[in-house]
Amino acid sequence: MQGRVWKFGNDIDTDAIIPARYLNTSDPAELAKHVMEDADATFPEKVKPGDIIVALKNFGCGSSREHAPLALKAAGVACVIAHSFARIFYRNAINIGLPILESPEAAVRIEEGHEVKVDLAKGSIVNLTTGETFQAAPFPAFMQEIMARGGLIGYVQWRLAQK
Amino acid sequence: MGMTIAEKILARHADKDCVRPGELINARVDLVLGNDVTAPVAIKEFRRLGVEKVFDRDRIALVPDHFTPNKDIQSAEQAKIVREFAREQDITYYFEVGRMGIEHALLPEEGLALPGEIIVGADSHTCTYGALGALATGVGSTDMAAAMALGEAWFKVPPTLKFIFRGTLRPWVSGKDLILYLIGKIGVDGALYRSMEFAGEIIENLSMDSRLSMCNMAIEAGAKCGIIAPDAVTLDYVSARAKRPFEPVYPDADAEYEKVYTFDGADIEPQVAFPHLPENTRGISEVGEITIDQVVIGSCTNGRIEDLRVAAELLKGKKAHKNVRLIIIPGTQKILRQALQEGLIDIFLAAEAVVSTPTCGPCLGGHMGILAKGERALATTNRNFVGRMGHPESEVYLCNPAVAAASAVTGKISAPEEVL
Ligand code: SF4
Repeated sequence: MQGRVWKFGNDIDTDAIIPARYLNTSDPAELAKHVMEDADATFPEKVKPGDIIVALKNFGCGSSREHAPLALKAAGVACVIAHSFARIFYRNAINIGLPILESPEAAVRIEEGHEVKVDLAKGSIVNLTTGETFQAAPFPAFMQEIMARGGLIGYVQWRLAQK
Repeated sequence: MGMTIAEKILARHADKDCVRPGELINARVDLVLGNDVTAPVAIKEFRRLGVEKVFDRDRIALVPDHFTPNKDIQSAEQAKIVREFAREQDITYYFEVGRMGIEHALLPEEGLALPGEIIVGADSHTCTYGALGALATGVGSTDMAAAMALGEAWFKVPPTLKFIFRGTLRPWVSGKDLILYLIGKIGVDGALYRSMEFAGEIIENLSMDSRLSMCNMAIEAGAKCGIIAPDAVTLDYVSARAKRPFEPVYPDADAEYEKVYTFDGADIEPQVAFPHLPENTRGISEVGEITIDQVVIGSCTNGRIEDLRVAAELLKGKKAHKNVRLIIIPGTQKILRQALQEGLIDIFLAAEAVVSTPTCGPCLGGHMGILAKGERALATTNRNFVGRMGHPESEVYLCNPAVAAASAVTGKISAPEEVL
């Protein structure tokens, strides 16, 4: 996948990704209309399908709301690259199939507006604007299996079929 | 080589003799929790699984607490999804309005979170139950759906950080201040992916309400869980209310910790976290002149009876400052009733406070006290992110109930001594 980068800082919390005032619905399309609104009020209008978010430390900290990765996915965000992710966001992204990569170097070096190419299977990130390449830590086999089955629901269906 | 509490609990629930940090395991869970925001998504995912019945109707708790009593039509629809699912599945622990409370105040009170257990909840503050010696952690809605179907969940065994609090507490310092102080030291990602174990004389002497406040905010340091080894205080608390048999788990003497931090109670005064992160803490003596528009005493962090007693002690015979809206929200129906019987509610009303039925309410900017642009609140809640209590240009400061009550009287962030 390849896309334009929107850059965010440290500790982007789930209230910034999708404020609680919109949580009286769980419709992903509704949520997408307000995605990242409290971090950047114009983001819902600017973001285009295929765009990539790059952020610094602790992306997705705060509440456990799965509405956060759901809103990003519904807004068309193709991938989130961060220095680090908060653990519940990390889990949720894997469980619902929002691609995420952890790379401290890429998180620092890539800037807003850069064009970036990502190979999820290899964990490789190429900054097409600057020519730099980065390598994210590969996912453990267990998580790859969840993702290969289309997220946790697919994985559990497979587990249940085995039982 | 020994194990920490988290490692031991995980090993036991995965039928293993031993687990090590980094290991990925499937483990049985003792309770699965969801609320009116997260459960509707989980129920939708549960349906997609094609499973007819939940794994055990006695081991699921559904608590509509965020936007209840229903604040608008959309939230009423969300709550209805949860209610209907609870009826269809004959869920034992569904707590309807009038019988409910804020989930993390309610479950310990009901004896549904017990030592040695694993509890997963589709709510980040599920870590609260670490105060009871459980491994309790927040997960997402899809995780909740899977856990409702299988009775198990996947875990990565976390490394453990140990925090030892030595000495004694200074006046007006509570569990809330200990955790705010700690987060101020290590930062909001200081315990990312880690289990936190709290120990030392101060913890041993801490009341259960204060322990619950403390473990509640482990997530604000990025942790998977925050745990206090069970002791007499724990067993005393759970023995009268436990809804299930349980087996306490203690850390091994030779357990391996990634890092051990030691703090001294003499260094910890009541804390205030400045906007917009819980790590922006200062001791009350260093706060300066900060006027406030609203004070909120409540939430899963500080809506328990001890919190209300402290607030009443400071509010007795006084009135909230003319520029301050004081909102007090008891955590559960039982707490509300007890506060009424003890005369606390009367003190609050005499102080011109609003007293509400249990709800998350303003804590997440839901209802019952939303901030307008440019307004500033002081709250006993756990998060002060941008827009957390309302307008993106409003501000939230975090503190303990004593500081909140004193500040409500003076109209600015104040030490409790100022109103005595
Ligand atoms: S009181 Fe606040 S932090 Fe606690 S569960 Fe409710 S919304 Fe979450």
